[in-house]
Amino acid sequence: MLTLNQTLEQILTLAAAHFKVAREKLAPDDDFFRTLGINSLQTLELLTRLENHFQIELPDYELQGVSDFRMLAERIQARL
Amino acid sequence: MLNLDQYSSLGAALRDALDRWGDETCLIESDRDRERTRLTYSDFKELALPLARALEDAELHASERAAIIMTNQSKWLISAYAIFYCGGVPVPLDYKLTAAEHLQLLAHCKAKIAIVEYYLWRAMMQSPEFKNLKALVLVTEAPLSADLAGAFRWEDFRRKGNPIFVPRKREDVACIVYSSGTGGRPKGCVLTHENYLEQCKSLTAWYPFWPGVRYLSVLPTNHAIDFMVGFIGPFVCGACVVHLRTLRPEFVRDAFVRYKITHVSLVPMVLKNLERGVRAKFEGLSALKRLFLDYFVALNKSFTRGSPNVKLSRWLLPQVHKAFGGELVAIFTGGAFMEPSTLEFFYELGIPVANGYGLTEAGTVLTVNDLKPFRADTVGKPLPGVELRILNPDSEGIGEVAAHSKTVMSHYLDDPELTAETIVDGWLLTGDLGRFDGKGHLQLFGRKKNMIVTEGGKNIYPEDIESTFEGTPVKEYCIFAANYLWPEKTLGREILVMVLRLEEGQEFTTTLKDEIISRNRRLPDFKRVGGSLVWEKDFPRTASMKIKRAMLAEEIGKSRERTAVIEL
Repeated sequence: MLTLNQTLEQILTLAAAHFKVAREKLAPDDDFFRTLGINSLQTLELLTRLENHFQIELPDYELQGVSDFRMLAERIQARL
Repeated sequence: MLNLDQYSSLGAALRDALDRWGDETCLIESDRDRERTRLTYSDFKELALPLARALEDAELHASERAAIIMTNQSKWLISAYAIFYCGGVPVPLDYKLTAAEHLQLLAHCKAKIAIVEYYLWRAMMQSPEFKNLKALVLVTEAPLSADLAGAFRWEDFRRKGNPIFVPRKREDVACIVYSSGTGGRPKGCVLTHENYLEQCKSLTAWYPFWPGVRYLSVLPTNHAIDFMVGFIGPFVCGACVVHLRTLRPEFVRDAFVRYKITHVSLVPMVLKNLERGVRAKFEGLSALKRLFLDYFVALNKSFTRGSPNVKLSRWLLPQVHKAFGGELVAIFTGGAFMEPSTLEFFYELGIPVANGYGLTEAGTVLTVNDLKPFRADTVGKPLPGVELRILNPDSEGIGEVAAHSKTVMSHYLDDPELTAETIVDGWLLTGDLGRFDGKGHLQLFGRKKNMIVTEGGKNIYPEDIESTFEGTPVKEYCIFAANYLWPEKTLGREILVMVLRLEEGQEFTTTLKDEIISRNRRLPDFKRVGGSLVWEKDFPRTASMKIKRAMLAEEIGKSRERTAVIEL
């Protein structure tokens, strides 16, 4: 079982690869809408990648109200 | 389709539709690549009537309100029909609001029943306002082990026996739809059966549906457009509605192919995302293939200049159309500013995009492009039965758009003052600025009102989000739509600006900026403030200490440039 920090780290790596930005440019508490300059639809695109990686199903609503990687990691951690 | 002139209510029209189209498929619900539900009109009836019977037992009487808070799915439509059957008034609430906002609106509309999806109910139960909830609640898809705090399971909430159909008159209230106003003044648009029946009649006159149409329902059903084009319209025509439980772009793209979608409504944000995806595919083509593609796109463009010819376009550009399922007839868009280049991009590929304009207060749609010929620079012509006027036009002919139509709402719920300001002598003042061109097409040029419409089609009123910034350490603040401060005669670049009056000697420091950013992040991304501006004078206020917004906006607009806004 992954720890929350490990989950968070893996999310940051996956997000960096998905949105083609350097990993070191992303921080756990970053507002990803601002940091990545993306909209809510583009964040949804990341979900499938995360589902495949963590082998879980994440309903779209899990992203509702989430705007930083830490909160996203918490939502994923709860389903691991 | 049914002859809507012979019906006095949506419930009556839907009831006949279920019998008339019995064996046709009415609903498909898909989750990722799994199909969860496929219902014929007869199946739909079998699921809805026991619910109606149970609602009857729960004493949902004529005119009483039943809210629906759910993502798009078959249970949404089944619930709405059951409510109509009892003579009740569905109140569709935006599932993207917060739990506190849901509870506030449930109290505002005095909902007797609330039908809520489990994950939303879970959030509501944790809200401090939960204790004040008065409605009887039905929760969908709750896990068996879940504690529902006295709510009932939707799936179990059914009774045997035939419910009694409660007839309604055309002038009776059909639905209450909130166009905005969660943090400030709730704007509950009270829409009658006449409003909906007339809207449906005029829309289907230009864009008819028929059995065999498969409409992809992507916009939230609580939104006026999907309620009409993704529920009432298809049902009275015997068409099929496809719901997706995930709106991730890759599954939406798959759905076009899997279900051979013929019609869809999209907000600009989704359409632009689709455009990005298609363009990326084109960029991946070899130089030779790209050359061929460009040639056939140009050919298609010249052949369809006068009007769309979908069959010819499919023949000229088979691969493009195959990616959309091969049967797409039209994409409807509207609700927010749409860049003409995006509309042109799709039209040149032979995918007609009908751009329209409307507002909840006007039923759904006031104008739409009839594609004869295609125009990317307008929001089309008034629908049959819709009369539009441009009030106080300036030297360029631009003024406020006013609408007179049987589709215009009756009033705002419990707000006669706002109603009187909005509907004057039977004309709905839209607050949007427009002009008619020589061909009778409406062009929009901005807003007279202090609000923005996001690319996702959401109306955001500054007053609704100001409370989020309460406690910000400044003397006073006020939020405006940038285009309200600096009218640009355009609908693009819509952001909200926070105007700050600092304390004597206070400076706009990084700490203050971070504080504002941190509060801003408490808001959903689409409601966030985009920039701030420091103002050197005290805000003008009324005797009751309310900010004189219009006066302040005028002063700011005159003495400061838009470039002074600091991005947040």
